[in-house]
Amino acid sequence: MLFAAAPEKLQTPGVEFSALLPVLILLGGAVLLMVLGALLPRRSRFPWHACFAMATAGAPIISAIPLWFRTRDDGPLRVVADAVRVDGLTVFLGIVIASGVILTCLLADGYLRRERLEGPEAYVLLLLSAAGGVIMAGANDLMVIFLGLEILSIAVYVLAGIHVRRARSGEAALKYFVLGAFSSAFLLYGIALVYGATGTTNLTGIRSYLATNILTNDITLLAGFALLLVGLGFKVAAAPFHAWTPDVYDGSPSPVVAYMASGVKTAGFAAILRVFVYGFSSYQTDWKPIVYVVAVITLLVGSVLAVSQTNVKRMLAYSSISHAGFILVGVQAATERGTRAVLFYLATYTFTVAGSFGVATIVGRTGDNAHALSDYKGLAKRAPLLAFAFLVFLLAQAGVPFTSGFLAKFYVLGAAVDSRSFWLALVAMLSSVISAFVYLRVVLTMYGEDAEDGAPTFTVPAGARIALVASVVATIGLGIIPGPLWDATKTAVRGDGVVATTVDTPTQASSGG
Amino acid sequence: MILAAAPGPEWYLTLSALLFAIGTVGVLIRRNPLVMFMCVELMLNAVNLTFVTLARQLDDLGGQVAVFFVLVVAAAEVVVGLGIIVSIFRRRQGATADDLSLLKG
Repeated sequence: MLFAAAPEKLQTPGVEFSALLPVLILLGGAVLLMVLGALLPRRSRFPWHACFAMATAGAPIISAIPLWFRTRDDGPLRVVADAVRVDGLTVFLGIVIASGVILTCLLADGYLRRERLEGPEAYVLLLLSAAGGVIMAGANDLMVIFLGLEILSIAVYVLAGIHVRRARSGEAALKYFVLGAFSSAFLLYGIALVYGATGTTNLTGIRSYLATNILTNDITLLAGFALLLVGLGFKVAAAPFHAWTPDVYDGSPSPVVAYMASGVKTAGFAAILRVFVYGFSSYQTDWKPIVYVVAVITLLVGSVLAVSQTNVKRMLAYSSISHAGFILVGVQAATERGTRAVLFYLATYTFTVAGSFGVATIVGRTGDNAHALSDYKGLAKRAPLLAFAFLVFLLAQAGVPFTSGFLAKFYVLGAAVDSRSFWLALVAMLSSVISAFVYLRVVLTMYGEDAEDGAPTFTVPAGARIALVASVVATIGLGIIPGPLWDATKTAVRGDGVVATTVDTPTQASSGG
Repeated sequence: MILAAAPGPEWYLTLSALLFAIGTVGVLIRRNPLVMFMCVELMLNAVNLTFVTLARQLDDLGGQVAVFFVLVVAAAEVVVGLGIIVSIFRRRQGATADDLSLLKG
């Protein structure tokens, strides 16, 4: 007899695949596209690589709709031994990330044809990266956050260098890679220290452990907080960890930057919400001041340094830093209203920033080098519709009423005032005023100055046209009718979601990924 | 006698913190991308040592499992990182990060 007693049935954690469907679709689609890409011609008249990628990114949105109602009615679903938690926030941010991917695919098709880089690789990497982002949005375990972050980042390192014949693209890839791997190591050390202090990497476990135990020596835990903030701060480009942003945004292919500023940022903030607002909710008095300081520095650095830029892509990079500061203001509130404001900001900013870099993609022309402010001279006469689209995006980023950017800032500041962070709100408003100068300078260049003789006119590819129209409609539409999205954010954080005040018991105390 | 004392978990935690610090300083001061990259690997392995020590101290398998995840991720990073480095420096003589100075501001 091999066994002394009859072996008992092994207890394995159940995996509810329906809850993981969005991630599985993205991963499966990426693998399928890679195989199909090897079988079908690289260059064809019909953009089937892009269409396949968009279908793959659209399917998770459709599969998320039943999940949305299910989590709304039944509360969060805990899957894979509580390592993943599918709730309203997961579904909401999953849809935001997938929307960013669709916009990027639309922009990428025209770009890749123009630069003679046709092929499935960019789309495969984009889908894989989005899968990592959706995993991060649903992570309920620090190790899952780390794995999602790496799946997200490693694909984007390659995407930054996808323009193989352009030296700047390779340089951006290397800088992003070295600093990204460096920040991942900090994140991981933070995870290790939190694990040492609490005995688990499960966020629900950490939350209940910290709520029920008083640590006599919490120096390890606090060091862990700080290192986690450094690691995630790098990803969302918060100052003082922002140094890579302008270089990488400047050098990377413009459609990829659209994804970096929308998808990667969204996933990073999803992780910050999960870790700090949810996991460390009983240590608010310890982490809130740190996030407060980081938010102030980020707001000021982003807006002040944008003023001196003469390259539009770098300017947009600094403006994306200052937007990260605004989102951190919402995180710092650590209330239901703050989290809702963060979600609203991320959803609207995805469209605005993808549209902005979409315009930069087209104005950059073949070679992707014409990004100086002088290249935008007289754009209103050369390409009136393109200039109008950029005008809408810039005004939205400046926070002009009747655009989505105004409401996003309004909600964030409202949350800050609500949680009595008056000075932070004041700094944010000041930063907004400084940024407005930057955006208006571009608008004046486009509308006020005449183009030099022989300045090129632009043909906007069909895909980019759809992306720009969709972004303009979303930016103005959400500015005039914000109600449905704002209500959706309420559903997303409801129940024992992100900012619950009661502590729920973990279904499994031990963990490890 | 100090040699007679069996090294406790603090020793390993201190060692891994030191290794992590060496890796951090290395990334910041070395200019060769390959060496910077090796320093990142050193940081990741320092964290692995922390994980194993803590797992032992807490008597919990989770930390040891985490090491496997980290190893896999580090391997994936090596593949991508070396690919990027090779693709850049095939066109150049030598490999220092100071040569990469097109992007400034």
